[in-house]
Amino acid sequence: MAIIETQELTYTYSQGSPFEKTAVDHVNLKIDEGIIVGVMGHTGSGKSTLIQHFNGLLQPTSGKVLIDGVDIWADKSKIRDVRFQVGLVFQYPEYQIFEETVYKDIAYGPRNMGLDEAEIKRRVMETAADLGLKEELLERSPFELSGGQKRRVAIAGVMAMEPKVLILDEPTAGLDPAGRDKIISHIKQYHQRTKNTILIVSHSMEDIAGFADKILVMNKAKLFCYDDTEKVFARAQEIAQIGLDVPQVTKVFMELKDKGLDFGKEVYTVGYARDLLLRKLAEKGGAADC
Amino acid sequence: MLKDITIGQFFPGDSLVHRLDPRFKIVITIIFIMMLFTGSNVICLIVGGVYTLLAITLSGVPFKMYWKSVKPLLPFLLITAVLNLFLVDSGDTLLKWKFIKITEGGIDISVFMMIRIVLLIMGSSVLTYTTSPITLTDAVERLLSPLKKLKFPVHELAMMMSIALRFIPTLIEETDKIMSAQKARGAEIDTGSFMTRARNMAAIMIPLFVSAFRRADELATAMECRCYNGGEGRTRLRQLRSSGMDYIALGVTIVFYIAAIVVAKITV
Amino acid sequence: MDNIIEINDLHFSYRDENGNPGAEVLKGVSLTVRRGEFLAVLGHNGSGKSTLAKHLNAILTPTSGKVIVDGIDTSDESKLFDLRQRAGMVFQNPDNQIVSSIVEEDVAFALENLGVPYEEMRRRVDESLKAVNMYDYRLHSPSQLSGGQKQRIAIAGIIAMQPDCIILDEPTAMLDPQGRREVMATIHRMNREKGITIVLITHYMDEAAQCDRVVVMDKGSVVLDDTPAKVFSQVEKVKAIGLDVPQAAELAWELRKAGYDMPEDILTEQECAQAIMKLFA
Repeated sequence: MAIIETQELTYTYSQGSPFEKTAVDHVNLKIDEGIIVGVMGHTGSGKSTLIQHFNGLLQPTSGKVLIDGVDIWADKSKIRDVRFQVGLVFQYPEYQIFEETVYKDIAYGPRNMGLDEAEIKRRVMETAADLGLKEELLERSPFELSGGQKRRVAIAGVMAMEPKVLILDEPTAGLDPAGRDKIISHIKQYHQRTKNTILIVSHSMEDIAGFADKILVMNKAKLFCYDDTEKVFARAQEIAQIGLDVPQVTKVFMELKDKGLDFGKEVYTVGYARDLLLRKLAEKGGAADC
Repeated sequence: MLKDITIGQFFPGDSLVHRLDPRFKIVITIIFIMMLFTGSNVICLIVGGVYTLLAITLSGVPFKMYWKSVKPLLPFLLITAVLNLFLVDSGDTLLKWKFIKITEGGIDISVFMMIRIVLLIMGSSVLTYTTSPITLTDAVERLLSPLKKLKFPVHELAMMMSIALRFIPTLIEETDKIMSAQKARGAEIDTGSFMTRARNMAAIMIPLFVSAFRRADELATAMECRCYNGGEGRTRLRQLRSSGMDYIALGVTIVFYIAAIVVAKITV
Repeated sequence: MDNIIEINDLHFSYRDENGNPGAEVLKGVSLTVRRGEFLAVLGHNGSGKSTLAKHLNAILTPTSGKVIVDGIDTSDESKLFDLRQRAGMVFQNPDNQIVSSIVEEDVAFALENLGVPYEEMRRRVDESLKAVNMYDYRLHSPSQLSGGQKQRIAIAGIIAMQPDCIILDEPTAMLDPQGRREVMATIHRMNREKGITIVLITHYMDEAAQCDRVVVMDKGSVVLDDTPAKVFSQVEKVKAIGLDVPQAAELAWELRKAGYDMPEDILTEQECAQAIMKLFA
C-alpha cells in the first residue's frame, strides 16, 4: 500500500487576492513504503509547497492527502500526530537548533511526542550513531560545533521522532563535496537500519542519481513525472529543458547519441558509464593496449 | 500570520504624497497628531478622519494596506475601550445598572480614544508607506542635525534605525521558517496550553536571536568593506529638495489643524 | 608583467581572547594574480580559502608575511579605504550585506561613504545597475528579490566603486541553480567587459572549471595552481582532498586508467564525447 497518496491535491496562495497563485495544481501521486524518492524542480515549481502538505503544515485548498491510507485532514485535532508520522527537515536546519546540549536538542522532538525517558534515550543514541555524532559530542553545546556537525544534529532531531516518512529539503545545500557525501552516506545508513520511506529534495540530479529508487519532478505547479530513476533519466532532454541540471555524464551520452553512437541505455553515474564503455570497447575488439 | 504585519513597510510609488519632501512629511505628521488630540468631540474627529482619508487617497497605496496596519492591534484596542467604558467615571451618568455605570467621560475616553488611535496609526502609516526607511531616517537626521553640535549621535541613531527597518521583513520571514521547522518537531505554538506555548517560544526565540547576531556581525563586516566610517563627510544619493507642493501640503495641514482647534473651542 | 595581487609567505592564526595565537589557518601561502585574470580558489570548508579571501580586503591582516593589493600593503591602516575601494568584496549570504531597503540606495552605499558628489554618484549607480541587468529593479525593496538578484545587487554595489579587483567569497553557495547561473554570468561579464580582476572563492568545481586559473587549497596551503584542465586531470589528487572533478574529466580519467587513449585536458561534455567517438572509430 502507498504510504503517501495525494488525490487532486491543489494549493492556492493568497486566494481571492490579486497575488493569488496556484503553487500545486491537481497532483495525483502514490508513493510506496520503504523507498527513497528524489524530489526535483526549480525554485517556484511547487515542490516545497507539495512536501509541506505531506506532514500537514499546509492544508490543501482542495483535494486530499492520505498518509498510510488515512485522510490527514479528516480529523483536524489529530494533525500534530501526522507530524510525528511524517518528519520534515527544512533547508538549513541548523538554524532551528536551540537547546543547551546536542542531546537535548535531538531529544526535543521525541519529548514533544510524550515518550518516556528510556525510549527518548534509545532514540537519541541510535540516530546520533546513524549520523556519526560521537557520544562525547552529545553533552556539548550545539553552538560550538562545525557547520556540518550542526546540520547533522538538526537532521538527527527529526530522525529521532522515527517517522514512517522522512522528508529532507536540500539536506546538502551549501556544504562542500566532502560534507555533502557524508550527509548522504549517513542518510543511507539510517535508511538501511529503519527501512523507512525517505524523500530528498534536491536541485541537482547528480546528487540524487546514485541512490534514489524513484524520482519525482515538479514543474510549474504540476507533477511533471514520477517514475523509476532510470526512466526519468531517459527523459533527460526534457528535464534539461525545464531548467533542471542533468548530470554531466548523462550529457556526454546525449552528445554521443547526437553523433550517432547510441548505447540504448540511460547513463547517470560515472561508474556505470565506465563499465558500459569498457564492455562495449572490449566487444568492439580494440584491445586496451596503449 | 506574521506576514500580515505592515507597520514600517514601504510601498514604492510615485504619488503626490510619495513625492513630498520627507522632512515636511514628518513635520506634517506631528501637526496631524496634535490635530487628533485637540478636542474630544465628534466634529473634531470628523475633521481628523477627513484629513486621514484625504492623505490615504493621495498616497496611492490601497486602503486595504492601511486596514492591515490597524488590524493586528484591534483586539488590544477593543479591550482597552471596553475597560475604559466601564471604569472611567466622569461627567453625566448615562446609564446605571447594578454596579455597571456608563458616563459621558467613559464614552469620550473609550470610543473617541479608540477612533483616535486608529486614525493615528493609519495617518502615520501614510508617512512610512510612502517614504523609504532610509529617506525617512535621512529626514530625521537632517531635522535633528542641530543636535550634533551638542554631541548627540544623530547619524548613528539614524543608521541604526534604517538597518532595523531593513531587516524587519528578513526577520519576519525567518521567524515564519523557524516556526514551521519547530512545528514539524511537534512544538505546539498555535495550539496547546498557555504554558506549553510559552515554553515553546524559547524554541523560536533562541534560534532567531542567534541568527540575528550572526547577521549583525556579517553586516558590520560588509559595511566596513564598503568603506563605512560613520557620518563624517557622507554624501547622499537621495536628495531632499522642497518644492511648492510641500508648502501647500503644510498649509493645508495647518488649515485643518486650525479648523480642529476652532471646532473644539466652539463646542466647549 | 603586472600583478594586481602579490601574496608572499602569508601565515595567519586567529587569536583567542587572551591574545594567544591558535592553530595556524594559513601556513605560508604565496600567490600572485595578474591584472585582468579570472582566478578560482577551490577548497573544502576549513581549507583556509575564506581566510585567504579576507586578507585581500584587510578584514584580516597577516600574522607574518605580506599581502600587496594594487600596490597597497594591506597592513597599512592609513590606506584602508583606498584598498577597499580598489578591491571590493562580495560575501556568501546575500541578505547580510544589503544595508538599504531600496535597491539603488544600497548600490550607492559605498559611494555615500566615500563622499562622492551627487551627480557622479547618480551616474555610477545607474551604470552599475545596468551592468548587472538590475536597472529595472532600482526602486524595489531587496526583500522582494530572489537570492541571485540580491547577489547581483551586491555586485553592483561593488562595481559602483570602480574597483580593479573583486573578491567573491562563495557567492553562489546559498543560491539555486538559476541564481548560480545568473551570478556566474554576471561575474564573467564584469571580467570580460570591464577587465576587472576576479578572485572567486568556491567549492563548486564546475564554477572553477570556467576560470582562467584554479588554485586549490588544502589545510592552509596551496596544493595545486594551474589551468582548470591541468588541475582536474589530477583526478585522484583532487578527490583525495575532498573535492569533486567534472564528471567528463573523471570518465576520461577512468578510461585512461583502463588503458585507452583519452586526452588529459577534458573538461566539457563535448570534449569527452569527441574523445569517446575516436575510441569507437
